Amino acid sequence: MLEYLGDLLQGLVITLELSFTALAIGSVLGLLAALARIYGARPVSYVANSYIELIRGTPLTVQLFIIYFGLPALGLLFSPTFSAIVALGINSGAYQAEYFRGAIESIGSGQMEAALSVGMTRIQAVWRVILPQALRLALPSWSNEAAYLPKYSSVAFLVTVPELLARAKAAIAYNLKPMEVYMVVGVIYLVVIASLSKVLDIVYEKYKFTVE
Amino acid sequence: MGRKEEEVADWRLTRVVSVQDVWKCYGKVEVVKGVSFDVEEGTTTVIFGPSGAGKSTLLRCINMLHPPDRGTIFLRDVDLMKVGSKINYYRSKFGMVFQHFNLFSHMTVLDNVSIGPRIVKKLPEDEAKRIALEAIDKVRMRDWCSHHPSQLSGGQKQRVGIARALAMDPDVLLFDEPTSALDAELIGEVLQTMLDLAKERKTMICVTHELGFARSVASEMIFMDGGTVVETGSPDHIFTNPQNDRTRKFLSRLTELYGLHGNKKESRMA
Repeated sequence: MLEYLGDLLQGLVITLELSFTALAIGSVLGLLAALARIYGARPVSYVANSYIELIRGTPLTVQLFIIYFGLPALGLLFSPTFSAIVALGINSGAYQAEYFRGAIESIGSGQMEAALSVGMTRIQAVWRVILPQALRLALPSWSNEAAYLPKYSSVAFLVTVPELLARAKAAIAYNLKPMEVYMVVGVIYLVVIASLSKVLDIVYEKYKFTVE
Repeated sequence: MGRKEEEVADWRLTRVVSVQDVWKCYGKVEVVKGVSFDVEEGTTTVIFGPSGAGKSTLLRCINMLHPPDRGTIFLRDVDLMKVGSKINYYRSKFGMVFQHFNLFSHMTVLDNVSIGPRIVKKLPEDEAKRIALEAIDKVRMRDWCSHHPSQLSGGQKQRVGIARALAMDPDVLLFDEPTSALDAELIGEVLQTMLDLAKERKTMICVTHELGFARSVASEMIFMDGGTVVETGSPDHIFTNPQNDRTRKFLSRLTELYGLHGNKKESRMA
């Protein structure tokens, strides 16, 4: 009974590696893109906007296939795991950029005015005043992305990354019990996401504050 | 340079700010149309006028939050239109107090006030804290140091806003309608703080409709309408002998609303 569970859990480790690395890459990209879009000079803002629209306008699988199957034609050959992480990270960044942008823009212009009038530079104002508030405001919608990635990272099985879903398919090919295996896989995802949400809730409660 | 000696000796005659033919438009709307005036050291200048007259925009031109399109601002002998990237430094010479307080929501009262000395003046933590506490004492908010802005009343927030400006030890304080977002019963404490500062000979430029305040401390009153200065003069001149019809009309409307000698509180209680 459930002799494949150990195998699935090994897959889960890879799933978590994929999703958290991609989440981190996506956060950095997303934040940079949001800042570039809001504060950047026109060309910078345009590049950031194009990135966001391009990625949001195309399926993740297409992006993944371009990186894994397409780029080798240009001499860029990546491992399946690396390709999946890059695709997920770039993809997540575009969505996170919009979460961050919404949060930054919801901070009233008065905060920037006040920071500048104290004598801060714009960079200091963004770093010390705008971002600390915006990141807290962004947390609830950002947690969407955190809850979404572990599940969506399952597309990595399409490029042979041995993550959770790939292991499940392998197990089913062997024991022919799709119902049972998929139910177990579902429960594993559920437990992971529920714990993650709980952690983020605690973080949010700790850092939330009332905006002026 | 070239100033007469007796002028330099008399602090009242030392020019701190000079606004010279300042124009500012947003898009196609001309908001400020050629305003000029000087502010002497240790004086209080009150700017008043109907909403949309360009008063707040003018204040933001003065500290270059929104640099003028034409004309310039001198801070002592420095032309602020020509300082380039050093503008952040010169901007810190103006302390600004906002209508809606604009306190940093994620920081305690102490951090709100100490962040300027700490980040901008790059003072060590304890020195910045000492300066901040001094400013906080001045506005009588010492007991609230560890509170966040959301836990304060409007009047308390505004006093913290004043402390934040004071902590940078600015040459000039700019007040942008500091009491107009406050409930009537909270205006008094903010006005009292401003009165104290005026009596200490802080140089202040105040956009306000508090006529009682203007009458008791203003050295110069400037009436603005439609982006231009309509009339300037001492409070005595403005209140008793306004030359311009628009000044007269506006004053009588204000007096009706607020009462001449007091603030909203008194007129509402009457």
